[in-house]
Amino acid sequence: MAKPMEQIKWQELEVGAIAVEVGNAREYETGTWRSERPVVNKDQCIKCGVCWIFCPDACIIQAAQGHFEADLTYCKGCGICARECPVGCISMVSEEEG
Amino acid sequence: MDRFSVFSSRLVEKAEYFTSGHRACQGCAEALAVRLVMKALGRDTIVAMATGCMEIISSPLPTTAWKVPWIHVAFENSSAVVSGCEAGMKAMMRKGKLNQKKINFVAMGGDGSTADIGMGPLSGALERGHDMLYVCYDNEAYMNTGIQRSSATPFGASTTTSPAGKKSIGQQTQKKNLPQIAVAHDIPYVATACSSFPFDLMQKVKKASAISGPAYIHILSVCPTGWRIQPHDAIRYGRLAVDANVFPLYEVENGEYRLTYTPYKVLPVREYLKGQGRFRHLTDKEIELIQKNVENDYAKLLKKCGGQG
Repeated sequence: MAKPMEQIKWQELEVGAIAVEVGNAREYETGTWRSERPVVNKDQCIKCGVCWIFCPDACIIQAAQGHFEADLTYCKGCGICARECPVGCISMVSEEEG
Repeated sequence: MDRFSVFSSRLVEKAEYFTSGHRACQGCAEALAVRLVMKALGRDTIVAMATGCMEIISSPLPTTAWKVPWIHVAFENSSAVVSGCEAGMKAMMRKGKLNQKKINFVAMGGDGSTADIGMGPLSGALERGHDMLYVCYDNEAYMNTGIQRSSATPFGASTTTSPAGKKSIGQQTQKKNLPQIAVAHDIPYVATACSSFPFDLMQKVKKASAISGPAYIHILSVCPTGWRIQPHDAIRYGRLAVDANVFPLYEVENGEYRLTYTPYKVLPVREYLKGQGRFRHLTDKEIELIQKNVENDYAKLLKKCGGQG
């Protein structure tokens, strides 16, 4: 979007409330909801992609080294990846602990 | 993972048509189901979606999480709108105003819009034989407005309009069997799926979109908020529902039933019920009753499948 979401006035919306940009929900960063974040142990990761297919927020990305990790801009911290990982290489770390 | 190697996730289409940044609750298996369905359908798709969780979380103006043409319609008429789209596009292609192209027409709705409010238009669309797909995301109550009971709520579940207490055990009626209603329309393809079995789900969606004529897919979508479970357990409970035969996965192709997944070891229904807050008031006697109902329903289904499995 040309402007940040909160600065758009109702007069500037399209007639019929049409969203003209595709997939611009990415402007809204759901990562701020998180209280726990997934941390991947790179050496243990077998690069299978199970976390990627089960992520409801489509926020798992493949890093250059081949392992999968969460995009913390969108990760809501649900913990599905940590639970479903077949080798258990993902652990949930509280955000408060830093 | 279901009957595939653990590495088969890497063979799946990488493009996302339902993007990050949607506002579903943590661990929403319904959002996962939408993501997987869109992955299977690809970009040549037109979606009409009834009011419900998925409409609210994906399209707060001015943003949208969709990368395909998407229209929000009222609670009851998603199937009517999609059948109109299909008829219109067909006419435009016939007159040469549009190039001939295979387009997937998809109507989506929750269990409230499918089982209660949109039942009539859905029945009409299936009967008229449009080349469309109806996907029902069944989270077993009206989760969007705060967990009110729908006719797809299972027996014994406590919701805000069927609360459990001294005189009540929660929902007192059985779950409406929507796939059987769709089968009764004699349509080419009906299937049940669950987002805990992603490859099975995507295979069924691909099959349904390839078939010409109406198709219906019923997807069990675990709702951590409404089922009162931990968000990280969402996938596990879908798997438990299937393994306990509460929600068997099958498909009906031109009237022929086929089980697509048989549990290696059938779990007692208690395993599925015990962790869920909405069932925690149930006594042993009631669980016994549910177990018996589940076994009866499964036996009926097996009979239709010709005794396989």
